[in-house]
This record gives sequence, C-alpha cells and structure tokens, in this order.
Amino acid sequence: MIPSSPLLPDQASDVARSVDHLMIYALSGLVFFSALIAILVLVFMVKYRRRSADQVGIDVYETNPKSHVLEIVWSVIPLTLLLILFGWGTKVFFDQNRPPADAMQYWVTGRQWMWKIQHPDGHREINELHVPVGRAVRLRMISEDVIHDFFVPAFRIHVDVLPSRYTTYWFKANRTGTFHLFCGQYCGTEHSRMVGHVVVMEPRAYEAWLAGEKTGPSAVASGEELFVAKSCNTCHRPDSSARAPILNGVFGTQASLNDGTKVLVNEDYIRESILNPAAKVVFGYQPIMPTFKGQVSEEELIQLVDYVKSLKAAPTTTAEAPQ
Amino acid sequence: MTAAATPAPGTNPDGSPRVHYLNAAYGLKSWLLTRDHKRIALLYLVSVSVFFALGGLMAVLIRMELVTPAGDLFQPDIYNRLFTMHGVLMIFFFLIPGIPAVLGNFLIPLMIGAKDLAFPRINLLSWYLYSIGGAFTLWALLHGGVDTGWTFYTPLSTNYVTTSVITVGVGIFIAGFSSILTGLNFVVTIHRMRAPGLTWFRLPLFVWSHYATALIQILGTPVVAIAILLVAAERTLHVGVFDPKLGGDPVLFQHLFWFYSHPAVYIMILPSMGVVSELIATFARKPIFGYKFVAFASIGIAVLGFLVWGHHMFVAGQSIYAGVVFSVLSMLVAVPSAIKVFNWTATLYKGSISWDTPMLYALGFIGLFTIGGLTGVMLATLGIDAHVHDTYFIIAHFHYIMVGGAIMGYLGGLHFWWPKITGRLYPAFWSRLSALVIFIGFNVTFFPQFILGYLGMPRRYHSYPPEFQVLNVMSSAGATILGLGYLMPLVYFIWSMRYGPKAPANPWGATGLEWQTTSPPPVENFKTQPVVTAPPYTYPAPTPSPGVALGD
Amino acid sequence: MATEAHGTLAHHFDSLEQQKDSAVLGMWTFLVTEILFFGGLFAAYGLYRSLYPEVFRAASHTLSIQLGTFNTVVLIASSLTMALAVRGGQTGKGKLSALFLVLTLILGSTFLVVKGFEYHEKFVEHHVPGATFHFEGPDAVHAQLFFSLYFLMTGLHALHMVVGIALVAYVAKRAAGGAYTPENHNFLEGTGLYWHFVDLVWIFLFPLLYLIGRH
Repeated sequence: MIPSSPLLPDQASDVARSVDHLMIYALSGLVFFSALIAILVLVFMVKYRRRSADQVGIDVYETNPKSHVLEIVWSVIPLTLLLILFGWGTKVFFDQNRPPADAMQYWVTGRQWMWKIQHPDGHREINELHVPVGRAVRLRMISEDVIHDFFVPAFRIHVDVLPSRYTTYWFKANRTGTFHLFCGQYCGTEHSRMVGHVVVMEPRAYEAWLAGEKTGPSAVASGEELFVAKSCNTCHRPDSSARAPILNGVFGTQASLNDGTKVLVNEDYIRESILNPAAKVVFGYQPIMPTFKGQVSEEELIQLVDYVKSLKAAPTTTAEAPQ
Repeated sequence: MTAAATPAPGTNPDGSPRVHYLNAAYGLKSWLLTRDHKRIALLYLVSVSVFFALGGLMAVLIRMELVTPAGDLFQPDIYNRLFTMHGVLMIFFFLIPGIPAVLGNFLIPLMIGAKDLAFPRINLLSWYLYSIGGAFTLWALLHGGVDTGWTFYTPLSTNYVTTSVITVGVGIFIAGFSSILTGLNFVVTIHRMRAPGLTWFRLPLFVWSHYATALIQILGTPVVAIAILLVAAERTLHVGVFDPKLGGDPVLFQHLFWFYSHPAVYIMILPSMGVVSELIATFARKPIFGYKFVAFASIGIAVLGFLVWGHHMFVAGQSIYAGVVFSVLSMLVAVPSAIKVFNWTATLYKGSISWDTPMLYALGFIGLFTIGGLTGVMLATLGIDAHVHDTYFIIAHFHYIMVGGAIMGYLGGLHFWWPKITGRLYPAFWSRLSALVIFIGFNVTFFPQFILGYLGMPRRYHSYPPEFQVLNVMSSAGATILGLGYLMPLVYFIWSMRYGPKAPANPWGATGLEWQTTSPPPVENFKTQPVVTAPPYTYPAPTPSPGVALGD
Repeated sequence: MATEAHGTLAHHFDSLEQQKDSAVLGMWTFLVTEILFFGGLFAAYGLYRSLYPEVFRAASHTLSIQLGTFNTVVLIASSLTMALAVRGGQTGKGKLSALFLVLTLILGSTFLVVKGFEYHEKFVEHHVPGATFHFEGPDAVHAQLFFSLYFLMTGLHALHMVVGIALVAYVAKRAAGGAYTPENHNFLEGTGLYWHFVDLVWIFLFPLLYLIGRH
C-alpha cells in the first residue's frame, strides 16, 4: 500500500520537496565538515605519532602570528554557513506555516487516541483524511484532552494539537497516494496507535468517494442548529435592541473590549467566549452571558465557530451597543 | 624519570605511598561520613554506575521490543514506563551528576592545588541529596514507574496519568538541589582556593569547563525545580496553572521546563569537553591550540545556552516569529562548540601523539560530537525541525552528543585518571579494545536512527509500520555490541583494583598539579603547598619530586 | 593556625580571610539560585497577569492592603534589626547582637502570624483554590488562577521565612554564647544575607499581589 523507501519518505507536496532540498544543503555541510575533521584527525594521528619516549609536541600557537587569524576564519566561515542555513530554513518554515487564502478548511479534533476529521461539507472520518490532489488543504485542529501532534512525513511537517486553542496545519498534495499519519507528540498509553492515513485522490475519484460516503449535515448547518438549541439566538440577534453583540459579519474584525484593549475576532476568540464569556467582553456590554463550559464538546464548538464565521453582515445593520 | 636510590619516607619498597586517602581510615563510617572530596567522588562513582546500569537495562529492553514492528514484547503501558524511566535515570541520575560529581569532585581541588573544595560538608550533603532523590525515584520505579516521558508535558502529566509522577518529581527535585550545591561548591572553590601563582589563564581547561558547567547548574536548575513544584501542585491541589479548563496554559510548562533542560544539556557536555582538552594536550604532548579561545568558548556556550530553549518548541504552538529568534540564537551557540573542535584538531598538528586508550576515547568524542553537533544545527533549522521534530532523528542527535560525546569523554577521563584515583594500572589491550567496541557498537546503534527519523518514525512509539523494521533491527544489533563494550571496563577496572600493577605518580607524563602528587594522593592532597609559575600544558612535564615519584 | 577561643579555621582553608571570603561568595551564589527559583513563579504570574489584567485587579483588591502594608513594614524593620545584629557581630558585641537577633525573630514571627490571619480570611471568603472556591464577579476561572499564584508565591516565601527564623534562633543562641568574633562570624553574616534576600522577595511580592491598580 505504502511503498517502502530506503532513505527518504514519500515526497507528496512542493513544500516537502523544498524541505528535502534544504536537507541536502545541511547534509552536505555535515558530510563536508565531519569528513574534514575525521580526515585531519586520522592524518595527524598517524603523521605525528610519537617516535620516541620523551618526544614532545611543538606549540605552534604562540609562535605563529597567523593563529589568531585562523581562529577568526574558522569562526566566521561556519557562522556564515549557519546563517545561510538559518535564513533558508526560516523561509521554508514560513511556507510550512502560511496556508494560502483559498485553502479548503477541514477540522481535526485529536483525542486519546484517535483523530476525528471533519470535511467542509460535513463528511466525517476517523483516522483517515481523504483529500483531492492539487488543492490546498488547511486543517484547524484542537485537542479534547492532552497535547497531540499531527504529523504526515510525506508533507514534512508536524504541528502540535493543543487543548487550549486552535492550531493550523496546511498542505497541498502534488501526487496521489496513501501516506502515513502519525501522532507526533507523546500522549499516553496508545500513542503509537494514534495513527492513520492521508489518502490523496484524483479529483474525480475524490468526488466519487464523497458521493459514496454517508454524510451528515455540514458543520455550518449543525452549528446553526446548536445556535438555536442552546438559545444563543435569543441574545445574539441582528437588531439594535439586543443585549449581546451582533455576530453578523463580526468574524475577522477587531473588537474593542471593556478594558480598553482590542482583540481579533478569530476562531479562538469565539471558542473562548463560549466557554468563558466574561474573559473578554466587548465594549459597552455587560458580562451577563452564561458559560457553556461542560455543555458543548470540542466538535460542537467547531460547528458553532463555523456557523458564526458564516454569518455575513447584512447591508443595513449597524452594530451598536445599547445605552 | 629519576629513579629514587632508596625509597623515600612514607613509601613502600615498590615506591607507592604507604598511606593515602583510600587506606587512611577504614570502616563504613569513614566513607559515609567522609568530608574528603576524593572519597565523595568515589561514592558518586558507585551511585552513578548503579543508575547507569539500571538505565542501560531499560535501553536493552526498549531495543528488544523494537526488533519487531508489532508491540509484542511489552504492553504499551510498560513500554511507556520503560522509556520514561530510561530518560529520567540517565539524564538526572547519570549524565547531570556524571563527570562533575565523579571527576570534578576528585580533581578540581587537586588541579588548583587546594586541600579540598570550599565546603566539604556541603559536598557530602550533595551526595546524600542525590542518593535520597535516587531512592525516591527507585521507589517509584518499583511501584510501576512513570509513563509521561522524561519531559513530563502537561496536561498529560498533571491531569491524565495515574502513575507516580509526584514521587519521581520529588526525586528529581531533591537531586536537583544536589546539582545546585555541587555547582555552588565549584564556583566558590575555583574563585577562592587557587594555589599561589595560579591565575585564571593558568588553569587547566578542565577547570574552565567545570566553572562554566557550575554556572548553568546554579542558574538553570532552580527553574525546573519550580516547574516540578507546579506540576505537583497541579496534581494535588488542582491549581490550574497548566490546565486550560481552569484558565491555564499547558505550553507554559514547556517554557519553564526547557528553560532549564536546554542549558542542562550543556551541563552534560561541557565537563566532557573539559576532559577531552586534557586528554588531547596530554597525548599530543603540547598545549591546546588557542587556549583562551577554548576557555572563553566554554563560558560562551554556558551563556548562549540559556537563550535558545524555544528551539524545542518550534511546532508547539508558539509564534513563528519566536521560532525565528530561537533559531538564529541556536545557530550562534553552535559556533563556540565548532571553535573547540577545530582547536582540538589543530592541537594534533605537530604533536607527539600516542595512541593510549584515553586518547582513543578523546578522538571518538571529536568524531561523534561533530556529527551530533551538526545534526543539532539541522534541528535548529526551522524548516528541517518541523519535519523531524519528535522523531528518531532527535533521538539519534541527542544520543550522538550524550553517548558519543559525553559518555566517551567520561570513559576517557576514567581511563586517564584511574591510575591517580586508584593507584593502579589497567590492561592496555582490553581497554583499547573496549574503546573500539564501544565506538563501533555506538554507531551501529544510532546511525540508522537518523534515517528512521527522517523517514518519519516518531519517537516513543511502541509499534511501528513494517517498512521501518530493517533499520530497527540494525539499531538493536548495535545496542548489543554497545552493551558488551560497556561491560568490558567494568570487568577490567574492578580487576585492576586488586591485580593491576601499581601506578607511578605520573604514568602519562602529563602536566597538571594532580600529577605532582602520589597515586593515590594523600588525604590532604599535597605534602607541601604547590606554587604555580608556568602556563598550563608546558611539556615536558616537571618530574615529581622524590617521595612522590615511583621508581622505574 | 587554629584559634580555639575565637572561631576555628577549617583544615582546608589557608587563612580566616579565605574562609570568610568563601563563605560570603557561597551565600551570594546560593541567593542567586533563589532568585531563579522564585523567578519561575514570577514568570508564570507575569504571563497570566498580562493576559487577564482585569480579573487580576479585581482579585487583588480582595486582599487586605492594611495587613499587607503592615507586614511589609514589619519585614523591613526586621531587616534593620538583622543588619544591626550583624554589625554587633562585626564589632565583637555578642550580647547586643543576640538582642537584635531576638528582635528579628519576633518581627519575623509577627509576619507569619499576620500571614496566617490573611490565609484564614481567604479561607473564610472561599478564595482558596479548589473544590470550595467561589468568586463574586465575572471570570471566576482566572480569579482562581490569581489566588493559586498568590498562595504558591506567598507560601513559598513563608516557607523561606520559617527556615530563616530557625536560622536566626540558632544564630542568636550562638551569639549570646560569644561564638562570633570580628574575624570569624561567617554564619551570622550568611544568615543576615539570607534574611535580607527573603525580605527583598517580599518587597517584590507585595506590589505585584496587593497593589494592582491601586493609586
């Protein structure tokens, strides 16, 4: 199923290729300097081996004025090579961590000891992630318990999955195939079994697979249901007499808070406001929202977050705080 | 070497000293209540060897499990405890005390011409704290151990595991104080107790390394102590500092933990580098090239080592800009290490080199540390670390440094100073063979792990995909060879204490004040106060005065 | 070179001066480790206070600023008496030294008694973190974090105070017995340094915990 590779894992994305190129540069440096030292040491060991019992070595450092120069040279050259490695590595890292704007958004919940994946259209998978080739995929991830890590060697990146906030993993597969998915942060007894696969398919095959799979409602639809079921809509209404901030169009904006600071309304802020509403209250509103901690699971939180994200601002509504 | 015409007073017919620190007093009390730094060093030697053996046993069991892809030798639970305890025992009870507590304790007063460390009773207290900490950890081991990994990440360690986290935490906490007090003792000793004429730049590089190490012990250890305290508080009192449900941040633990644990790796390697400097100078019979650069490089490593802890957290959810800062700083900390390797190599140029066993270990160190260090630089590279983080690449990297580096240096030091410590020589053939067996066994064990890591095999995995098996089998085979290699010194060192030929005061022709006194030294180290008038590593070494030298 | 009547020179030192210098450097080095020890807690505190300033302020205001200020004055006074005690040792006035040490002991104990009252108050108000915790006000979760840090930091400080008091008691007995001379009073000086350090930690704790947002 997965071809075994002698020295290199499958290279399934452009980012993976750039990591491998970076590695070749680093490896060349390693081989060069290790070989240099090893050869010099062995040559010196043989050439300058002790010939008679009381022979001493010759101190070249004090007598040779070039010694200091040598010290500087072999400090500066490695430093320069290291800074190149640093710069290049940083560029690759930024590529690894900055998804393009048009990425498809999936949700990943990690918990001891399984991966729960939710497609944008509502498909759910356990320990498997089916994606179409050639499309950028962004995973927003959170843990229900301890710190996990989403690791796909074929894409050459790990990202930790935290219980306190969302983290992001992105990739764009450039070939089809089935690739290992591992949990990359020790998370307890069955850590080694928290594994699965990323299955990259041709677009048509992917569509066929989607059609064949049973699917539930999309995250947004589930979120809307929850929003009503938990009575969020009784306060968060798009009219100016509401006791709660209007949520339409609020995602991605800067909100001013009661303590004078500003906060970006992102997924973490929405999640936090559901679990601990009094932590960051919008300016002009009272901290009267009850907490839903213990009443919503991480998956339900994901659905609510997705729903709020989907609420577009109505043209004539202005978000005003009641006096 | 001048032969004494008649044995000097206080010496046996064969020239060895009649009374020395080993036979000056007998009985258990004279050992357990000793204030002699040399005896305390031997107490540590026994203790760290016990923990090394236990940790090594765990390693053997781990490698046995990993011969097959399925988790078929142990339950996952047991396997998790094995690798956790392997890490805890090896790091906190072998590598951190290791060279400073055994060789540093024994040699620093001798090297600076003092009668003892500044605070002998605190030195003994250090050993007792270490032993008590070890006892706690062993007690936990007997009750099933811990399964959090030696890194104890929260919230796994605070809210999810049911094993003896607090007991082991207390053990490490107490042992941490042992480390702090040893560091404190060394700093004060090196500042205040140097012999007349022994200026800073006349000190052996071994002393410089231990000074730098002591700085780290003093500044870093208290922070991990607080981290452990907070984990214990979280487990018992549910304070919430690391618990997101109570408003805390689990990543804060990682910052507190790595703030110590990164400099800790320099505690583990700097003393070994100090040993290597002594070995290279002695067995090339010339001063270390660029003495001042090497001395300052030690201090540089200690200082810079405190600024790079975030490179363990590149993918932990910290900001990518923080990652950038830690990455560039981590590149900087590689430079002083590189300087040392180049300086050691340059020392060999035009040297008068002998292939004695300690030198073989020193050379093994240079080769393996270079590879380990360069792979470290790869890990400091953000783009690469994102891929190999928490894989076998990391395991290979730190074992190259800790085993290929630190332990080779430790063994080289033991082989070098063994005649001084015990007054006995050991068989040259077997000792050279052990160095070779260890070098080969080590590489066969750990080199395949670099490849496994880049292929994607995560660490702390009990079972793995079948395509990783060949490399794992190779690694386990190497571990057998390595284990055999470690057993060899155990046998011939013990043999030598009874049957080895008596050692002269200076069997290697080395410089350094420790070689100017008898093997073994008297209780008060020197019969007369040494005075230093020359730079270090001035060859040929001065002949020990009559009464000190052993007749040829 | 051992002087029997006025303090002994340990066998591994060459002179009383070397012995003294070593003792002083040793104590300063130890205090540096203590700075790092408390430093970890200060770092955790700093992080959470910067994240939740409002609730930290509200929680801080439930502490008694009167008792906190009183305790601060008590500790500063105890540092004064401690310094005078060390001076007594430096000038060979053993009995005077012992007197000041006893005063230091009384002041230190007063601090701990007041702290006990404060803890009791927190217990009664249900501000002790754990199952019984209850905070009037929004964001109780982060308020609990404040109180956790409050108890951990002041608790660790109090533990250091207890050790300090034991040391002061011991040194007072020795001073009264004439053990300290101008040439050799290392243990007294070391105790003094330790006591000043513990006082200094409180000087930082007090504004951080008690004075958030108060003018």
